[in-house]
Amino acid sequence: MAFASKSPWVIHYDGSSCNGCDIEVLATLCPGFDGERFGVINTGNPKHADIFLVTGSVNEQNIDVVREIYDQMIEPKVVIACGICACSGGVFHDCYNVMGGVDKAIPVDIYAPGCAIRPETLIDAIVQAVGILDEKSAAMREAKKGA
Amino acid sequence: MDPLMTIIVTLIGTVIFAILAPVVGCLLAGLDRKISARMQGRVGPPLLQPYYDVRKLFEKENVSVNGTEHTYIICALIFAFIAGGMFYSGGNLLLVTFIITLSSLFFIIAAYSSRSPYSEIGAARETLQVMSYEPMVLFMAVGFFLATGTFNVSGVLTMDMPIICSIWLVFLGLMFILTIKLRKSPFDLSMSHHAHQEIVRGMTTEMSGPTLGMVEILHWCENVLFLGWIGMFFVWGNPWTILIGVAAALIAYFLEIWIDNNFARVKWQFMLKSAWIVALVAAGINLSFLVFL
Ligand code: SF4
Repeated sequence: MAFASKSPWVIHYDGSSCNGCDIEVLATLCPGFDGERFGVINTGNPKHADIFLVTGSVNEQNIDVVREIYDQMIEPKVVIACGICACSGGVFHDCYNVMGGVDKAIPVDIYAPGCAIRPETLIDAIVQAVGILDEKSAAMREAKKGA
Repeated sequence: MDPLMTIIVTLIGTVIFAILAPVVGCLLAGLDRKISARMQGRVGPPLLQPYYDVRKLFEKENVSVNGTEHTYIICALIFAFIAGGMFYSGGNLLLVTFIITLSSLFFIIAAYSSRSPYSEIGAARETLQVMSYEPMVLFMAVGFFLATGTFNVSGVLTMDMPIICSIWLVFLGLMFILTIKLRKSPFDLSMSHHAHQEIVRGMTTEMSGPTLGMVEILHWCENVLFLGWIGMFFVWGNPWTILIGVAAALIAYFLEIWIDNNFARVKWQFMLKSAWIVALVAAGINLSFLVFL
């Protein structure tokens, strides 16, 4: 049995979001939706997190930060691009400083669109993410057995 | 009891404690999260959530900034097991307090070993926490000796009255520092359970995966041991009174959860001062009465 899906700890990073998506991400984790029912905890520490929620697009300033957080997270890990800005750059896609979606910096597992992203969409995304977490964790166990 | 018997009993106690305490501690932690959630108007996680968390942590990749960190945490865990085993098998209370402090010291070294500024702040604060509660813990052991005439925890079973009757002020002092020992708000300076009042994650900032899982288990074992200290005050001659002790420990735990949810974190200066004042006043008065009257 995989336990990764039973306790998805998230870390939230605001790339260059207009804050619309951030408010929705936090709303999802608030008592109203009570993410802790499913074991979701907002950690604020990449080393403890399993799911990386990025809001906003990637630019020259934050690309290193996004990569750094991703690198500090420990396998198995999943990245969710929250909001259309994080998916593709959204309304800001042709700004002079915007490089594009989060996938320009790190591999993204789930694209959760919306402007701003709805809590329901984000919950759907997290539900998908825990599935992927389980798969990755099973793959890791297989690899360990093989080694 | 001859020394060999004592060693064997302590060893058996340690093994049993190492098996049972994580189970009990895990359920207590689950209860804590459930009750906390209810106090905040939420449904809260399932009772076994702490178990799921730890199982997940053990599934994660094993990486650490400094390889020795893992060793220190294992040492901390082993000493916590020994302290718990010694206490619950009726061993020497003074030695129990020393061994559990040793366990805390290993945890502090583990936090320092990562060289991360965040975990160093956490470690420095944990050192302050140890400084704050240690006088009261020693007074507790001394008070226990004055009340029962022995340092052996099993001594309470020969009493006609629970020791709370003679050292109730010491008990109040112990209740005060219990919040520090359980790392509950307002005294959760070194490592909070709640992310929102934390410099990243205090002591455990650099610990991850299996190491963090062991820290959780260490925390459960400590909780079970400290609640045992509370329960000890209510046990006397009749073995059935152990049930009263368990009930008292549970009430104390509930009180701690309530305090945790209702008070914001304080500064370390306040913690240190208040803990020492409480220890000196409560234990000082109580112990001088026992010694001089
Ligand atoms: S998707 Fe919309 S709400 Fe979200 S960061 Fe972009 S512009 Fe703001």
